[in-house]
Amino acid sequence: MEKSASQSITAALVHALGNLVSPRPAETARREPSSLVRLAPDAPDLAVAGISKSFGPVRVLHDITFAAASGEFVTLLGPSGCGKTTLLRIIAGLERADQGEVTLCGRTITALPANQRPINPVFQNYALFPHLNVRENVAFGLRSRRFPCDQVDLRVGQALAMLQMEPLASRYPHQLSGGQKQRVALARALVNEPELLLLDEPMSALDAKLRAEVQLELRRLQRRLGKTFILVTHDQDEAMTVSDRIIVMRDGAIEQVGTPAEVYERPASRFVAGFLGSANLIGAVRHNGCMQTPLGRLVPGQMPDWTEGTLAIRPERILVRRQRPAANAVGGVVREVVYRGDHVDLFVEPGPLRVRTAPTADLHVGRHVWLELRPEHLVALRD
Amino acid sequence: MTRLVIWYGELTTPRRLAMRGASLAAAPGLWLLVFLVMPLTAMVAVAFATRGTYGEVVWTLSTGNFRRLAGFGVLGWSADYLLILGRSCWVALVTTVLSLLLAYPLAFFIAARPRRTRYLWLAAVIIPFCTNLVVRTYAWMLLLSSQFPLARLAAAAGLIDPGSALYPSPAAVYVGMVGSFLPFAVLPLYTSVERLNWSVVEAAQDLYASRLRVFLQAILPQTLPGLTVAVILTFIPAMGAFVVPDLLGGARYMLVGNLIQQQFGSSRDWPFGSAVSLGLMLLTLAGLFTMRRRAATGETA
Amino acid sequence: MSGRLPRWVTLPAMAALALLYVPMLAVAVVSVNASRHGFAWRGFTLAWYARLLGDRSVLEAAWNTVVLATASTAVATVLGTALAVGMSRYPWPRWLRAALDFTVYLPVVTPDIIFAVALVIAFGILRAVSGVFNMGMTTMIIAHITFQIAFVALVVQSRLATIGRAVEEAARDLYADSGTLLRRVMLPLMMPGIAAGAMLAFTLSLDDFVISFFTAGPESTTLPILIYASVRRGVTPEIHALSTLIFLATVLLVLGLERLTTLAKE
Repeated sequence: MEKSASQSITAALVHALGNLVSPRPAETARREPSSLVRLAPDAPDLAVAGISKSFGPVRVLHDITFAAASGEFVTLLGPSGCGKTTLLRIIAGLERADQGEVTLCGRTITALPANQRPINPVFQNYALFPHLNVRENVAFGLRSRRFPCDQVDLRVGQALAMLQMEPLASRYPHQLSGGQKQRVALARALVNEPELLLLDEPMSALDAKLRAEVQLELRRLQRRLGKTFILVTHDQDEAMTVSDRIIVMRDGAIEQVGTPAEVYERPASRFVAGFLGSANLIGAVRHNGCMQTPLGRLVPGQMPDWTEGTLAIRPERILVRRQRPAANAVGGVVREVVYRGDHVDLFVEPGPLRVRTAPTADLHVGRHVWLELRPEHLVALRD
Repeated sequence: MTRLVIWYGELTTPRRLAMRGASLAAAPGLWLLVFLVMPLTAMVAVAFATRGTYGEVVWTLSTGNFRRLAGFGVLGWSADYLLILGRSCWVALVTTVLSLLLAYPLAFFIAARPRRTRYLWLAAVIIPFCTNLVVRTYAWMLLLSSQFPLARLAAAAGLIDPGSALYPSPAAVYVGMVGSFLPFAVLPLYTSVERLNWSVVEAAQDLYASRLRVFLQAILPQTLPGLTVAVILTFIPAMGAFVVPDLLGGARYMLVGNLIQQQFGSSRDWPFGSAVSLGLMLLTLAGLFTMRRRAATGETA
Repeated sequence: MSGRLPRWVTLPAMAALALLYVPMLAVAVVSVNASRHGFAWRGFTLAWYARLLGDRSVLEAAWNTVVLATASTAVATVLGTALAVGMSRYPWPRWLRAALDFTVYLPVVTPDIIFAVALVIAFGILRAVSGVFNMGMTTMIIAHITFQIAFVALVVQSRLATIGRAVEEAARDLYADSGTLLRRVMLPLMMPGIAAGAMLAFTLSLDDFVISFFTAGPESTTLPILIYASVRRGVTPEIHALSTLIFLATVLLVLGLERLTTLAKE
């Protein structure tokens, strides 16, 4: 945007007097945190232990403990406001925890300021320096540490080459697209050779198509560098694509930790089951070694420790049968068929159960079907 | 052990932060205290003093100045001063409304110019904004004087005596005030108009055919930030206007500004002048707070 | 935005521009009229301009105006910027912040005549107490600095608000110490705000009449005061020439600054 001096002066006055006339809105309150999960891997590179944080009366993080192994790609996944960004900022040294410790390679770094931690974040809106060009942005960290000029040039050159940003080296941030800005932010962090790279929703400013490309690229980059990456996102697809391990967060606490497959196939709670993809939730009561449900008697893969709770099964794990299956059979009537190209979504009474299956001609509304809910896919949830 | 905080990415102590903030704000803060807060306090104090025989300030606590402002004089009650206060409010109000009526079209006009030449049109508003008020008011005196076509036209129409000028008169004050404060209204409005979301306006044009409703429903809410600033920037200086009524209004159309100037000039009655100033200040602050209240309730509604 | 406007928008816009420019145009025309009394056209002349340049009091007033604007702007820009940074980048107790905010907004929302009167009283008291603070150039400069600080602080503050926290955090994270941060990040980013604040302060000083009028001494006449005094005494053709020159100087100043800022962008 072209702006003349007088325009910017009047804009500033409008801003200032606008504040005077309309008072700022009050901050919205957040919900209270709930449960917690602990985890202790063998060779932690980064270890976060018992981190709690409140902003005034609002508890944002409650006793967070997890670890990331060297060279692991860990994702903090959760809805907005779950405290994942605050956790990232605490690891980066941009926010202080009220309680708890952060250890990196066995060294406690809780008391170190951000500029003495071998950790570099990529900020959500990249936070590029608008008055410096791409090369100067990337060189900033090395220059601040007074690296010799030839070293700076060499390493900046390498970083730019790695991210294919050399042709744009003398452009300014406002001349770059979202994807290009993101690469600069990455280069600016990576050039410092951090032990740990933090990424705060780095893809949120990109369009869907570009996002998918960048996700794969990020994954490849992390493999090549062998560094530990910690990504914060609210996008479950993104988390599934890039991560070695996903930490699902909710209301300032960890809900579940596991590989993408574990978290998807064996969700621990209703929240996780609903947040990652869709799931059929079935209320159940334990009785004589099997579960009594509105759909009939079902046997899950693993018996829960509660007597009354919820079972979950993914729509694509429900099998459609012509004959009544031997175990965990549910008979029902198709109420709705949604054609999706490579599959169809059925809604079957009783339930309604959502079933995802291959498109076949004889599945039409009103037809009676047998469904098989295999025990290994029927998960007993914690809550 | 001292408590540590992280402030804009820096690990530091609250004490060190407070020291640094204070050291930056100390010099300007002290300046404002000595040359802004203390003078205004002194003015309030003087407003409760009385005038000595030779125009000096006599420090006796008295509310006489305010009683006099409210019209209770030695010769019984008269509405003279209240009339001046009321007239100032009225003139400021009319000036603000007229300025806005002209400023909206001009802001739209400038925003509709091609990008390359727009800054020139904007400069056309900024130039009068930067030209000294005395110069601009004098220009109006000249234009309204008896030998210029405007006065001749008015005389021919029988509105004024032949050979006399169009000033001093209330109309001249209004014209001069709008002429002086118009740029203050245009610039903030322009910054809002420039950012206008036209799809909303077009949707409104689809839904309600009437131009007035399109303006009220689609344009006014979007330009409200600029509008409030425009109102502040025209109404407040118009309330305290001194040059324009002095040169174009004459003795019979006195405004608060002239009354204050008179007390500090020829009458040498600082206490009464301070009381009038205090009254004016309270009036403008009251106006501002009503706007603030309005803005606050308007946003939640 | 849409290119063509209806006539009921264009006409008032033109009327508004006429309201701003016709009077000045009239002054400019009269200023090159050879007639000494009355405005009947007696031929083109630049005699009034020539005479203006020989008038010592006019030259002195012009010099005073420039000195006043420059000196006050220089001081106010430094103080206002320091205030803005101190206020918006450091934590303050709630009451102190509210008090500072109120003080900064005060000159913006008070009619200038009130402020002028308050300073007259304050200078009177200070004079009685200390013997200095006689009305003159110093008191005028002090008065101008006082209201300029507020405007500079407001403009720089709004610039600081647009810079935001993340850039500073990024710089800290990338190993910048306070000096580096100030020199390589904050000052370059704040510069447009500081420059805009300084320009606003300079304009306000040139624009001001009321505060100068109240705080000036007999030795420190500025151009606006000079014009006001001679309008009250009875106008001479030189005043038309002077007004026209002031107007032209403003035109050059505004266009020059606009040009400069657009050039700096490219």
